[in-house]
Amino acid sequence: MSKEPVAVVGIGQTKHVAARRDVSIAGLVREAARRALDDAELTWADVDAVVIGKAPDFFEGVMMPELYLADALGAVGKPMLRVHTAGSVGGSTALVAAGLVAARVHGTVLTLAFEKQSESNAMWGLSLPIPFQQPLLAGAGGFFAPHVRAYMRRSGAPETVGSLVAFKDRRNALKNPYAHLHEHDVTLEKVQASPMLWDPIRYSETCPSSDGACAMILTDRAGAARAPRPPAWMHGGAMRSEPTLFAGKDAVSPQAGKDCAADVYRQAGIADPRREIDAVEMYVPFSWYEPMWLENLGFADEGEGWKLTESGVTELDGDLPVDMSGGVLSTNPIGASGMIRFAEAALQVRGQAGEHQVEGARRVLGHAYGGGSQFFSMWLVGSRPPDS
Amino acid sequence: MTREIAVVAFAQTDHRRTSHDLSEVEMLMPVLHDVLAQTGLKTADIGFTCSGSSDYLAGRAFSFTLALDGVGAWPPISESHVEMDGAWALYEAWTKLLTGDADTALVYSYGKSSPGSVRDVLTRQLDPYYVAPLWPDSVALAALQAQALIDAGDTDEPELAAVAARSREDASANPHAQLRGAVEQGEYVVRPLRTGDCPPIGDGAAAVILAAGDRARELCARPAWIRGIDHRIEAHSLGVRDLTDSPSTRLAAEKAGAFDRPVDTAELHAPFTSQEVVLRKALRLRDDVRVNPSGGALAAHSVMAAGLVRIGEAAARVHRGESDRALAHATSGPCLQQNLVAVLEGDPR
Repeated sequence: MSKEPVAVVGIGQTKHVAARRDVSIAGLVREAARRALDDAELTWADVDAVVIGKAPDFFEGVMMPELYLADALGAVGKPMLRVHTAGSVGGSTALVAAGLVAARVHGTVLTLAFEKQSESNAMWGLSLPIPFQQPLLAGAGGFFAPHVRAYMRRSGAPETVGSLVAFKDRRNALKNPYAHLHEHDVTLEKVQASPMLWDPIRYSETCPSSDGACAMILTDRAGAARAPRPPAWMHGGAMRSEPTLFAGKDAVSPQAGKDCAADVYRQAGIADPRREIDAVEMYVPFSWYEPMWLENLGFADEGEGWKLTESGVTELDGDLPVDMSGGVLSTNPIGASGMIRFAEAALQVRGQAGEHQVEGARRVLGHAYGGGSQFFSMWLVGSRPPDS
Repeated sequence: MTREIAVVAFAQTDHRRTSHDLSEVEMLMPVLHDVLAQTGLKTADIGFTCSGSSDYLAGRAFSFTLALDGVGAWPPISESHVEMDGAWALYEAWTKLLTGDADTALVYSYGKSSPGSVRDVLTRQLDPYYVAPLWPDSVALAALQAQALIDAGDTDEPELAAVAARSREDASANPHAQLRGAVEQGEYVVRPLRTGDCPPIGDGAAAVILAAGDRARELCARPAWIRGIDHRIEAHSLGVRDLTDSPSTRLAAEKAGAFDRPVDTAELHAPFTSQEVVLRKALRLRDDVRVNPSGGALAAHSVMAAGLVRIGEAAARVHRGESDRALAHATSGPCLQQNLVAVLEGDPR
């Protein structure tokens, strides 16, 4: 049976900052939703359903905040779903919303993800002790650093690669008005001289804690025909999960990530991602994850990802730009970070990415992951409708 | 053309006041094994998996990640999670099957209320700036609703006591229920609600398997076809809602086709006796409809699983041939803020 094609016709973000003390949580999400509606030239009444996502409720101290946010998002009298799949949630939320359109349950869906991290301390929010289980070791960095070490040992990558990614992403962020970190005086030397936090991860190779929200309006073929600006079309989308910890797990390149990408490429008819995909918005919270995911996503052979990074392929003007927006390294409202990747991918194929636009981007991958590298969600969007 | 999708199997734990001896994964595992065994499916045969739970009950972030270990997600699976009652996880799985991306889905949810004070925990669901700091607890809010109903002449305390008695009496036939048989109506907890008007505090889990079309017929002798399912949310603030009515339930029921033909059974997620009064009215249930033959949420109320249990109980009656057209309802939020309605039918006999 055929699915309804899904189009992105509206995108809205807040300016991501360390603390939005001027707005409530409701004010924050409404700002992003309002911008997405404006972009699509739609009103609240045009929205059939709302799908909202965020990372743990502990970050803001509100249990199931979708209940409180129903009014702010114009959801009263409508269906409202709340997704939570750890760090991948922004991507999963968009995919659940897309599923409602693809299944022809609804014509137009507002999807939104947010985090207001200033309401708490994310590092300790992730570090609650659990008896008889491995704790997250003082935040996510402590969990991921050994896997980065394993990657370096396995691939023989020189120690400088991580700082190259951070330097690139922070420079890209200067071209993105919504990015959190705008480090106008950033240099490679400064990145390399920054303090070591979780060896080999330096301070400047980590993501910030941000307040922010991202929203998209997803619609069907008829909705896309009415859209005032070019839509982005979904060509493929998938989620994959595997257990947190088990003896057979490859924490450097998890099978779930490989399977997820393969499913997306199959749906989109992509045989050679390196050639057929024009750019990637990748979930890179610690700089070394760029080369690691380049391999996991099939853009480079095993052990070769760092060479793409080192040779400048992933630069904004490179052959395969990665994280044109500045990425998670420059902006990390955790629950929204995945959706920002998906939305930035859509902005690119709509030709609406402004100063960080990749010329002629026709097919762009949005990628998110979460948990202990165990949850993956991805979509591939194109400037033209999918063949069907 | 809409794809036919059915509930083909349902399993639940015995709901208990405490389960200190079990982790969430240990509580969930037997239920997963049970529901898979009913169909002969293995984890690897399932096309899509979706769960519902709450970090706030578990007391820590990303609590659902460990439950996934219990599912046995290897090789990797297509999977998602809603921070909601499992009934909404079932809704997500239903949409996934509608797209044709999967033919079968495993849906599960669980909650342990015993480690903390669930009345206090649920206050954290409220508007964090204006209401939550006052800590109005879930029983107090339900009591406001009950009093509004009494003031409106929609019910009285004896009628509420009768709802409680009928529910616990019906639960006598339900081996999984926590409160069974004659239960004293007891003292006031918060006027006008007495102990008997309130749900027991319990721990438990539930799981359901969905299948599409012919796959459903292969897996189940009498599939419970989902003829319609819809959910709606209302404003959060109690001050802008008429607590004696549930327009979101009525709208969800209408969209799910519940009013097209009468149902014979209704499994309502009404943790408080007074909420059954509201739901009966919103759903226009006639007196001959069998309401909560399982005993309902007054007999067992494992938070986050109780809504999915309603769908499972309704489906199981269709499976057993005790119902031909059943309605299942789930709720979330204070005073029935968000409501889901599903209509399940068996093939004609």
